[in-house]
Amino acid sequence: MTTIAQPLQPGTPAPDFKLRSTPDQDVSLSDFRGRPVVLAFYPADWSPVCGDQMALYNEILPEFTHHKAELLGISVDGAWCHAAFSHDRKLHFPLLSDFEPKGAVAKLYGVYHPGGIAERALFVIDKDGVIRWTYVSPMGVNPGAEGILEALEGLDGHPAGDGKAQAAKKRDA
Amino acid sequence: MTPAAKARPAQTISAEDRARGPAGAPVTLLEYGDYECPHCGRAHSIVQRLEKHFAGKLRFVFRNFPLSNMHPHAEMAAEAAEAAGAQGKFWEMHDMLFDHQEDLSEDAITDFAGELGLNTEKFAEAVQSQKYAARVKADFAGGVRSGVNGTPTFFINGARHDGGLEYEDLVKAIGGAV
Repeated sequence: MTTIAQPLQPGTPAPDFKLRSTPDQDVSLSDFRGRPVVLAFYPADWSPVCGDQMALYNEILPEFTHHKAELLGISVDGAWCHAAFSHDRKLHFPLLSDFEPKGAVAKLYGVYHPGGIAERALFVIDKDGVIRWTYVSPMGVNPGAEGILEALEGLDGHPAGDGKAQAAKKRDA
Repeated sequence: MTPAAKARPAQTISAEDRARGPAGAPVTLLEYGDYECPHCGRAHSIVQRLEKHFAGKLRFVFRNFPLSNMHPHAEMAAEAAEAAGAQGKFWEMHDMLFDHQEDLSEDAITDFAGELGLNTEKFAEAVQSQKYAARVKADFAGGVRSGVNGTPTFFINGARHDGGLEYEDLVKAIGGAV
């Protein structure tokens, strides 16, 4: 299989994967079918800034939860590294370890950087497992969260699946 | 009474904002910051130098962006600055908090209020009842919507500054907007 260095685009079914979330637990993308998922690939744990990308998402987590979305951070760091990082930053969402084979999931999504790390890439996946929003940030730039929130709002406004029937109905809470 | 706090985007500066410098200045530097964040502490002295350098041409606006999971005192410090603001001493408390980042406990903050000559009873009540929590939350929400991606995040005339945070970097970026 050739690696395409292009991030997967909206409309593409999100490839399933299974990765370590803690030293003794695995998480599969398909575990979250039925709910939106935000996949946040990032280069590495322990970046030397305060309020880095993961810490920021941690603060905004209630807004993601409001959309019933699950947030998954993914980097090539090992599960023990993630455990220490997550503990230090008091993160309330899982960090997945794309460690062995290194960067396999990042490659699958077309966001593996030749430097051996994942790009800062964001995917919003709808409840049916289809990518609905893709964003790759310039390497040095933390993308923030406003794009994710807009994409999640878009999902709420355009329910996937039984399109016609639902579109005809008014959105109710 | 102030109206219910509303999230404002980085592009809109209103009368409710904490601003210093001339309102008609050609450049508005907006910071989203956290009183317990060491990078913001560093930026604080840089901003003070920038205000001197661009005196008369720069308006500085500060909005709260406390990273509460990481910084246990950040939220209370932000609310305390707003409580001091209600007594007309926002900037005095703002400077005090950044100058004493190493201890932002409730006791310390109460002492600051005393030093600044605030009505400490009123101040303590506002802090304990979290009177300004909604305002801080509105700052935070507006920041998230505007692309704030960590602390500090600066906006120069409404555009997020993605460059360096050293004095020289900011002089250059602001100079380009004057």
